[in-house]
Amino acid sequence: MQNSLPELVKCDVFSLFNQMRSVSVDLNNDSSLLIDIPDALCERDKVKFTVHTKTTLNSFQKPEFSVPRQHEDFIWLHDTLVETEEYAGLIIPPAPPKPDFEGPREKMHKLGEGESTMTKEEYAKMKQELEAEYLAVFKKTVQVHEIFLQRLSSHPVFSKDRNFQIFLEYDQDLSVRRKNAKEFFGGFFKNMVKSADEVLISGIKDVDEFFEQEKTFLLDYFSKIKDATAKAEKMTRSHKNVADDYIHISATYSYLLICLHSLCVINAYRHLEKFSELLEKLRKVEGRVASDQELKLTELLRYYMRDIQAAKDLLYRRARALADYENSNKALDKARLKSKDIPQAEENQRQCLQKFDKLSESGKQELTSFKGRRVVAFRKNLIEMAELEIKHAKVRIKSAVCSEHNLFTHN
Amino acid sequence: MSFSSVRNPPPFLDSEDQEPEYDTRELDSDDGEDIFTGSETDPTTDIFSEEGSFTVEKNHPPAKTNGVQSDEELDLFAEATVELTLTTPNSRGRKEIIGPTGPLSTTMKLEEEESGDTFELNIAVTNPEKMGDGMNAYMTYKVSTQTTLPAFHIKTFSVRRRFSDFLGLYEKLSVKHHLMGCIIPPPPQKSVVGMTKVKVGKEDPSSAEFVEKRRAALERYLQRVVAHPALLQDSDVQEFLEREELPRAVNTQALSGSGFLKMINKASDAVNKMTIKMNESDNWFESKLQEVENEEQLLRRLHASVDSLVNHRKEMCINTAMFAKSVAMLGSSEENSALSRALSQLAEVEDKLEQLHQEQAFSDFFILTELLADYVRLLGAVRVRNSLFYGTLLKYTFCCSWQRWQEAQATLQKKREAEAKLLWANKPDKLQQAKEDLTEWEAKVGQCERDFERISSTLRKEVHRFEKEKCRDFKHHIVKYLESLLRSQHRVVKCWEAFLPEAKAIV
Repeated sequence: MQNSLPELVKCDVFSLFNQMRSVSVDLNNDSSLLIDIPDALCERDKVKFTVHTKTTLNSFQKPEFSVPRQHEDFIWLHDTLVETEEYAGLIIPPAPPKPDFEGPREKMHKLGEGESTMTKEEYAKMKQELEAEYLAVFKKTVQVHEIFLQRLSSHPVFSKDRNFQIFLEYDQDLSVRRKNAKEFFGGFFKNMVKSADEVLISGIKDVDEFFEQEKTFLLDYFSKIKDATAKAEKMTRSHKNVADDYIHISATYSYLLICLHSLCVINAYRHLEKFSELLEKLRKVEGRVASDQELKLTELLRYYMRDIQAAKDLLYRRARALADYENSNKALDKARLKSKDIPQAEENQRQCLQKFDKLSESGKQELTSFKGRRVVAFRKNLIEMAELEIKHAKVRIKSAVCSEHNLFTHN
Repeated sequence: MSFSSVRNPPPFLDSEDQEPEYDTRELDSDDGEDIFTGSETDPTTDIFSEEGSFTVEKNHPPAKTNGVQSDEELDLFAEATVELTLTTPNSRGRKEIIGPTGPLSTTMKLEEEESGDTFELNIAVTNPEKMGDGMNAYMTYKVSTQTTLPAFHIKTFSVRRRFSDFLGLYEKLSVKHHLMGCIIPPPPQKSVVGMTKVKVGKEDPSSAEFVEKRRAALERYLQRVVAHPALLQDSDVQEFLEREELPRAVNTQALSGSGFLKMINKASDAVNKMTIKMNESDNWFESKLQEVENEEQLLRRLHASVDSLVNHRKEMCINTAMFAKSVAMLGSSEENSALSRALSQLAEVEDKLEQLHQEQAFSDFFILTELLADYVRLLGAVRVRNSLFYGTLLKYTFCCSWQRWQEAQATLQKKREAEAKLLWANKPDKLQQAKEDLTEWEAKVGQCERDFERISSTLRKEVHRFEKEKCRDFKHHIVKYLESLLRSQHRVVKCWEAFLPEAKAIV
């Protein structure tokens, strides 16, 4: 029996999502640039996304086109945006995380090892469940890559970015550009980020009320949401374990019935069959509850954790700009003292101030719209999750009532 | 004197945990006989005279081969049934207690094939109490009986018993009944760790859980004992239920006692050494044993899976509680007030869910896991040379009886040959002796044959009865499980429906 995960999985994503798409919301109803990922292929460990664009903008060569992209291309795009000085005052949408099939892969491996200890039916059901899990991971990664692009396309500034356009349009392999970019930027920004937290936290109290408040709020909120994400992940994982147990129970139980077939002709044993059917229904519900919880709750928290990190990054950059400005002030004073290079120092100071002001202004805008976006996203997902939970509980009730009814009528 | 059966037993005991309805067992009775004096219809059988008591299955149609519920009997045993079947003027056919088809109650639907009059016996084990101090401490349990059986002097009574008393009862019963092919329910297992914690006086939830687990197990044990028609008539059982003070049972190593094990091993060896082939009724037996073996293995596996479910659910409880706290913290630091309220509400919902998960785990455990564990033990906790415990004993009884019959037939044949020789040799005085001998042995053969048939029939009935009871047991527990599932899911729906408006109010 084949133990490996499907080597080549084609996923028609478009039809799968329909309404309840992503955890992110688009407050901007501009349809001049529409992007989606209708298709994706999984080859071994590499995922190939088909990025499809529909646009009314003249800056593009065609009104509609598709290109294949890999995860690394998305990362390249993200990094170039981060490195672009002009965008220092904007919240850069967080990069999509690398597709991680490690979980289902490991489980599949364990399943293969334990094949001899379980019945054929049990094994088949577990395999089916694992394949569904694999597919869920796949769907999630497509979703998260799509959101990234959609955030960019709905942003007035990012949508006009040259690299973004190349990403969408360029029908050749981007790997050449990627290599160049890496060499150029290196780990420059990474080093900066390392001490960013210290810069923010140890920094002097901001004169601007708004930013001071934001700093306090975001730092606090980030640590809380990070914790909540971790706990949600644990909770969802144990929920998944419970659902898996139901598979074992349901399968063993039906096997038991087969062995007791001689007794099953007795009416009295019919109820055992009904119970077996109930167990099968229950396990499907449990599986769905676990995965819905994952998609709506855990993924919501995870995404906004990353988004808040991006907001924090904006604050770091502003703090950095402020530090630069203060340094330029000091340099100017020194220059005046020494009566040397005064015009350069003045120019430097002026530029730093300009940069800082621009950052502050766009930063304020960004952070304000981020608030709104975040609240709307939470609202949407919490409502959807509650509705799903109610739906699933009702299914459980209906199944149990149905079983109960069968038990009594079969007496 | 005919007693009418009570359809809906009166509410029994105030505490909520009791399910007296479940324990209702309807017993057969003959009009003019006291069912508790076991009348021996066949005094000459060797095996049984050793044991001293013998149960007469009254009014119970013998089971068909393969356990399919039917009143027909193989020709082989047709004659044997004539003796046993006693008709009463008040024969009734199948009887059912119809439970409500709407909201579930704990009244079980019972299916019994019976004729004759019925009595009731309800048992409950409650009020665990710790007596004594330190390492000499022990728990006593209140055993309450409510009955309409004439053998008991009062209708409602209770005694206090400790765990070793239950074990002592088992030992007495097994010595008496096992060799007759009865399937005696085993008591709950000893647990040094569990009891030590209780003795030491640790008031933590795990020792409370242990006591509750044990109490429930003891209750199930007694219910199974009195469900067995033969055991209910046993004087030891009655004494256990009625007598104020029981002599302390000292040798309570029933299952692991070396004497008992020796007996089992001897039985197993004897069976293996039997060279005489058995006829086709053996096939039923063999296939039954095989079926039981398979079933035991599967039940074991099922038990392990349900155990795993319980553990994972407990884990989920812990994680949900932690998540609830985390969300509450998040809510408190959220600046948007409506969202903040919603998040706190979410934390509360998760907290309530955690409680529900906890209860569900508890019910999964008590309803399913313990039931499965009981049956795994019942079928063969003690394995004897790779075959199941009760299977070995049944087989031994069966084979012994068969062998006796065959040996008697062989001896008869020899006697016949001897007579023929004497006839031919013309020795009249020896001939007379030989003729008398022959008559005696013919009678013996007839007796052995009847014994064998009776034992076969008893064994089959026992197996059938056991299976029926197991089936009923499982069904009862499934119903309970469904009840608890419905209860908890309704509450889940309520929780989330209360949360929904809060989520919608976010602005």
